[in-house]
Amino acid sequence: MTAKTIRRAGLVVATLAFLATPAEAHLMNTGFGPFYDGLLHPLVTAEDILPVIALALMAALGGTRPARVAIFVLPAAWLAGMLFGRAVAPPAAESWLAALLTVAIGARVAADGKMPASVVAVTSIVLGLIHGWSNGAALAESGVGLTGPCGVACTVFTVVTLVAGFAVPLTAPWARIAVRVAGSWIAAIGLLMLGWSVRMSGLRT
Amino acid sequence: MNRPAAGRTLATLFAILWPVAALAHQQGGEAIGFASGLKHPVSGLDHVLAMVAVGLWGAQLKAPAIWLLPVTFPMVMAFGGMLALIGVPLPGAELGIALSAIALGVAVASEARPPLWAAATLVGFFAIFHGHAHGTELPAGANGLLYSVGFVIATGCLHATGIGIGLVHRWRAGRIALRVAGAAVAAGGFFFLWQALR
Repeated sequence: MTAKTIRRAGLVVATLAFLATPAEAHLMNTGFGPFYDGLLHPLVTAEDILPVIALALMAALGGTRPARVAIFVLPAAWLAGMLFGRAVAPPAAESWLAALLTVAIGARVAADGKMPASVVAVTSIVLGLIHGWSNGAALAESGVGLTGPCGVACTVFTVVTLVAGFAVPLTAPWARIAVRVAGSWIAAIGLLMLGWSVRMSGLRT
Repeated sequence: MNRPAAGRTLATLFAILWPVAALAHQQGGEAIGFASGLKHPVSGLDHVLAMVAVGLWGAQLKAPAIWLLPVTFPMVMAFGGMLALIGVPLPGAELGIALSAIALGVAVASEARPPLWAAATLVGFFAIFHGHAHGTELPAGANGLLYSVGFVIATGCLHATGIGIGLVHRWRAGRIALRVAGAAVAAGGFFFLWQALR
């Protein structure tokens, strides 16, 4: 793949992730079967895709090695979480936990934290399991077969690879600052998600 | 990108996005959420003035403040928004926003150079008021998450605008123009203060 192709693919994914958001968190019906339903699922759910982008940025700030760890560990953990979620429904606290993780990872990016590969691996496992858990339950609820989770994992792999691959070569000071600003935006959105899930759960004082 | 390739990209995008757009009206609120979130920070002049002033001040203070302020601000502002969402009241938010325009305007007008932590604390303190106002003004029926995405992006763009304008700081006349702009922001702040107290 040439750099141009990668950039173009990145543009398509970014546009998709951005513009396709009118759909609900519930499963999209693409009409192409469960694999494609799964493929599209994370792309139309901002609360799924934001932490993936944040994790990819965090891994990329640490350099090539952490980034390579993230692109394989995250989809694998996500898949494992989805298989678990088919059997066990996630607790309500799952959405808070996911929002908290988004805040934490985004804040690490904003603080320009150079994470070693081991920390990136652990974060990827936790993030993948938590999000996979709720994704797996949602897919099973809509009666999607085992190919659905495979589609989701493919998309997670694609997004984390494109974002990390884009961010690893950014070494110029201003480019790093742009990455950090992106992290701070994601952390900000995560904080609001947290407030939002509290409000939705009826715990509002 | 050559023209056939550009055409292919466009066609791909169009094909991919089309079915989604068709599905969109089965659910409600999402598009409204993003658009109103994006619109909200630029719809109130008090907020716009303060955000642009943050960028102007950052440009005057130069590195590291020029990037520390836009990195910190969204997170603190979102914290204020979260307080509003979970129902923690913040009395006098309108007053705080007006005062923030005055303080930031005076800082830009006088080219104040406090220590970095003091500048960050000042900006962070006011950011809570701005965030709180956004959180409480969430329109009914809108998708909260996409609203948040929209307003964080719009606020970041306002900072970028301020920093962009602040680049004139490298010229002598530009430095003077920036200080005049700071005075104008402060004057606007006094107007909003008068409105809030009325």
